[in-house]
Amino acid sequence: MILLEALDFSPIKPDVGLFLWTSIIFLLFWFIVGKFAFGPIKDALKKRQTDIQDALDQAEKAKEEMANLQAENDKILAQAREERSAILREAKETKDGIIKEARDNAKTEANKILTSAKLEIDNQKKAAITEVKNMTGQMAVTIAEKVLRSDLSESAKQDALVGKLMDELNLN
Amino acid sequence: MVFMVSTCLLFAQNNNKQDHSGHNHASHSKTEGDHSGHNHAKGDHSGHNHAKEDHSGHNHAKGDHSGHNHAKGDHSGHNHAKGGHSHDAHTNACGFVFDKSEFNPGAVAFHHISDQNIYSIGPWHFPLPCITYVKGKGLDFFSSGKFNADYHGNGTNAYNGFVLYEGTLRKIENPNFPTGLVDIGHHNVKALGKKNAKGKEIAVVHLCHDGKQLACENKSTLDFGLFGGGLTSFYDFSITKNVFSMLLICFLLGWLFFAIAKKYRNNPNKAPSGAQGFMETMFLFIQDEVCKPFLGHKWEKYTPFIMSLFFFILGLNLFGQVPFFGGSNVTGNLAVTAVLAIIAFFVVNFSGNGDYWKHIFWMPGIPAWVKTIVTPVEFLGIFIKPITLMLRLFGNITAGHMVIVIFVGLIFIFGKNGANVGAAWGTTIASTLLTLFMMAIELLVAFIQAFVFAILTASYIGAATEEHHAH
Repeated sequence: MILLEALDFSPIKPDVGLFLWTSIIFLLFWFIVGKFAFGPIKDALKKRQTDIQDALDQAEKAKEEMANLQAENDKILAQAREERSAILREAKETKDGIIKEARDNAKTEANKILTSAKLEIDNQKKAAITEVKNMTGQMAVTIAEKVLRSDLSESAKQDALVGKLMDELNLN
Repeated sequence: MVFMVSTCLLFAQNNNKQDHSGHNHASHSKTEGDHSGHNHAKGDHSGHNHAKEDHSGHNHAKGDHSGHNHAKGDHSGHNHAKGGHSHDAHTNACGFVFDKSEFNPGAVAFHHISDQNIYSIGPWHFPLPCITYVKGKGLDFFSSGKFNADYHGNGTNAYNGFVLYEGTLRKIENPNFPTGLVDIGHHNVKALGKKNAKGKEIAVVHLCHDGKQLACENKSTLDFGLFGGGLTSFYDFSITKNVFSMLLICFLLGWLFFAIAKKYRNNPNKAPSGAQGFMETMFLFIQDEVCKPFLGHKWEKYTPFIMSLFFFILGLNLFGQVPFFGGSNVTGNLAVTAVLAIIAFFVVNFSGNGDYWKHIFWMPGIPAWVKTIVTPVEFLGIFIKPITLMLRLFGNITAGHMVIVIFVGLIFIFGKNGANVGAAWGTTIASTLLTLFMMAIELLVAFIQAFVFAILTASYIGAATEEHHAH
């Protein structure tokens, strides 16, 4: 008991001076550091947190937009592809049509030409035949004229003449 | 750690050989009553007892505390029989006994955790400014270097009616004591057991000057006699070791946080780096784990206060743990924790809304007769909350400091204060490990207590500002 009384456990006895100084120092620390350091740090951290959240949200949004854009692109591409094949098909059809028409026209034309050629040939033939007939008639007359003028006394000569005439006639 | 402990050990050994080096704290703070108790228990320290017996005679002559002497009287015959040598004890002209054969770990621990008017780092004492106020005399301003303190912080000079004992200012009660510098020599100030007005034995510091005992007054304290202090005629507003430590830590913290705040302001879009990153972790931890959950949508308003509390306490807790740096026990001083608790009390109660006061004085939803019980309890709670804040921090930090000092003190106990060097070295190893372990725990406690103070204050503010919608 006496031992404890004698020991000076001074930290439990709040000293007036220390009390006053602690009050002054802590209040100054609170008002100065709190206002000009802790406050701004808190605000900066809050702002940064908001900024980061915003940036993340925006990135998410951009990602979504990108995905949307991609889908749209794909759609457009598919459409374009489809259109292209449609165009190609159409072109092919047109081409086939043109070729067919051309072929048909050519055939018709060819037939026409052929027909007209045949006709011409027939005409020419007929003309030729007519000419031959005419010539033959003329020849026959000529021959007959010659025969009549020539010596028909001898039989051999007659025969030769007749044969000759016959040969000419047999040509037709 | 080993170095520190072994240095202490060497000091102790030297001490044992020299009569006047005065290393042993214990002997200084001892009173005669203390010795008496000791002798009763052991009864075989002849040298020691012999010295005490001298002293006893002296007190008899004075006849001013007979009860005390009576207790010692039982042993006087016995001591006489042993009589003879006194190689460990020294008695001055007034019969003050300075005994080095004893090591009192309690006294050493109390000395180390006390606030002082000098800043001691190892054997060096750095003077601090003293600002005193004496009733009727007014303010006085001088340096504690005037006292020319010895190893223990006991002044070898008196100055303007003040002496330095255990590093703390005491005022010589006699108003006729000469002002200015007075050489009082070594080993002439000692706490003696005296009866106070209520008949209770208390330690009173005495100066032995020109063969006369002069009682000295302690500085005024705000414990209102509860812990043996109280208001006296003298107030000490000095920049003590604790005040100096507080100023130092506040400047360091201020500089650090201003630099960090500047970094945030100048480079708001840069990732944190260096100290900024380190402090940001703690800052965010307190902000997100303490402020936001407890203070709700008002967290921004109270964050600077909670941060100030946390970093102020943490800085000082950690500063007290730094070895070789005086080990100032700031947050383990009741005056400091009391101020923090009182400020927290004001912040809580000034923030309190109508609901808070209604819940204290007229708790809704309970029968009227229960209210008569609840209201006093709630009302007391307003004061008990800051008191627990004050005591928790004080107790934890003081206990930590004391345990470390006592672990180191084990070396002197087992080494018989330098007489048994083998045991001292053996204990040094064990004590180093124990102290290392304790310091690791104290490091944890430094953080935990700062955190606990912050979180509880935040919860009290949160409770005071909470809006109740249910009732």
